[in-house]
Amino acid sequence: MYILAQQLINGIILGSIYGLIAIGYTMVYGIIGMINFAHGEVYMISAYLFAIFLALASIFGITSLPVALLITLVLTLIITGMYGFVVERIAYRPLRGSSRLAPLISAIGMSLVLQNYVQIAQGAKDQALPPLYSGVIRVGPPDNFMQITHIQLMIIMVTVVSMVALHLLINHTALGRACRATQQDRTMANLLGINTDRTISLTFVIGASMAAVAGMLITFNFGSFNYFIGFVAGIKAFTAAVLGGIGSIPGAMLGGIILGMSESLFAGFVNTDYKDVFTFSLLVAVLIFKPTGILGQPEVEKI
Amino acid sequence: MGALVGVVFALSMIQGAAMAATIKIGVAGPITGPYAKFGEQLTRGAKAAADAINKAGGINGDMIEIIPGDDACDPKQARAVANRLVNAGVHAVAGHFCSSSTIPASEVYDEANVLMITPASTNPQVTERGLAAVFRTCGRDDQQGDVAGDFIARKLGAKRVAVIHDKDTYGQGLADATKFRLNKNGIKEVLYEGVTRGDKDFNSLVTKMKGLKVDVIYFGGLHVEAGLIARQSYEQGLKATFISGDGIVSEEFPAIAGPATEGVLMSFGADPRKISSAQSAVKMFRSEGYEPEAYTLYSYTTIQVIAEALRANRNSKDGAKLAKYIKSNSFNTVMGKKEFDSKGDLKVSDYVVYRWSKGAGGKYDYKEIP
Repeated sequence: MYILAQQLINGIILGSIYGLIAIGYTMVYGIIGMINFAHGEVYMISAYLFAIFLALASIFGITSLPVALLITLVLTLIITGMYGFVVERIAYRPLRGSSRLAPLISAIGMSLVLQNYVQIAQGAKDQALPPLYSGVIRVGPPDNFMQITHIQLMIIMVTVVSMVALHLLINHTALGRACRATQQDRTMANLLGINTDRTISLTFVIGASMAAVAGMLITFNFGSFNYFIGFVAGIKAFTAAVLGGIGSIPGAMLGGIILGMSESLFAGFVNTDYKDVFTFSLLVAVLIFKPTGILGQPEVEKI
Repeated sequence: MGALVGVVFALSMIQGAAMAATIKIGVAGPITGPYAKFGEQLTRGAKAAADAINKAGGINGDMIEIIPGDDACDPKQARAVANRLVNAGVHAVAGHFCSSSTIPASEVYDEANVLMITPASTNPQVTERGLAAVFRTCGRDDQQGDVAGDFIARKLGAKRVAVIHDKDTYGQGLADATKFRLNKNGIKEVLYEGVTRGDKDFNSLVTKMKGLKVDVIYFGGLHVEAGLIARQSYEQGLKATFISGDGIVSEEFPAIAGPATEGVLMSFGADPRKISSAQSAVKMFRSEGYEPEAYTLYSYTTIQVIAEALRANRNSKDGAKLAKYIKSNSFNTVMGKKEFDSKGDLKVSDYVVYRWSKGAGGKYDYKEIP
């Protein structure tokens, strides 16, 4: 019983992270119909920024962990957001209006550039962050308990808050209205006075911020990262986005949770070796029966 | 007249080249990538040995030049690096590091008849394939597995052992060797599974081990995944002894594992830094501000063996000839006297079990268990 509960907790935490990264893929796809392969690298960069700013905070004598975390959070979000903005400006905007394959290739190129840039600037070795905080809640008998650490609890809470904030932003603000209008028909939105270029830039910034939140949480929790983590995380998050229905924000979160749960439960109760085989088979199965993903809408031909 | 001068000039060039001949020795390993720390140990050790030999007059008057090759522990890249080294005309190769790289690369060297000595690849298959000019200056995983298996069964008195590996040639080979020895000692593992390199989250595996009430976790793999599994076990309150092999001999292991490092066990060759014949080399490394941990001295030893074989064979590039010499002679190295059997393995392996624990300065270090 406790084991099952523990595996569910493990799955939710893993799924939250996948979901947060998947949002970046799904928003960009929704608005301009391309897959931003450099998104995983933005997540990787946020992990480095997080560690760097935490170290700087301690150098400047900020000993209180919550204060240091808050400063780090704000700075990392700003810089990662800038990365999202610049990536769009350099690699995608000049190619807007060209064939659909061109930005795809430049996305892969951007991903390689960022990966190698971090490898050269920060070194190729694995970086480690020592455990900074170790609070835990345990339920059950001493030899068979289930537990959730405070950091894991924080992951779930931050994910929920981010999702609610994003929902409000998209559905209840002028910016969100502009996003939705651009998504539905870019030419028409342009004619009606919406600055679609700026809206697209902002979408990249929002997506990058979500990836930054995920990058910080996962670094805080696991304490190990290198220049290559963006690849694996990116593939998994992309899978989550497709599973949930690419283009749909709740779909990305749902896809992430399903992916995390299935990985965790399969590894926990069947076999760790074939965990990834199972999750990708699941993806194939879903796409066979529902090609648009779980919450995806079929693309409507615009006349 | 002009032509004659030209000829004389050309002749003197040739002679000049012959006099200042260099002996190229390839040093291949993960110079970049997550395991770059080990690559650094290999190149540091090799460079130091080459410098010492060059200072003493080189090999039959020729100077050693180290040609680094970066395989990033990627089997495909290892083949490419091997081809590049062969094309560069190396006399011999010290490397590679990861067994999964050494095995494909050794085929390239074998085809080109180039001597290869790995200072670190412990998978049995490295020397079991009947390649004539393949050697190693480290032990084998089956020897290492025997030591770990006996230790778990006899010293730890374990009842419920989980054997985990990283599905890689080295990791799985080591885990299999340990499992085999455990079974021989009458212990049947309660869990035998592989994880994926590059994953960060092993919580579901840890929860599963907790459910199985595991008292010893044996992990075959490298320090990154080992550190994460140890840390997540600690965080989930799984009180099992964590034991692994020589793949976690790195100061990055405690950085990742944090407080979970305390009490972690590992099998590794007897610390080469404590061997009396290594003292002057150790002092030299430390004077340069470098701690010659883990494979540094193994790499040093490898270059010494290569140099000795070249010296006796008048700098021949013939791998088969050098191999014959190495198999029938003994070598005085910084790590003591080394002899090789007909497969290319050391005649005597020296695995012992170490324990990680926090030292006086608050830094984690490993000490041999008496």
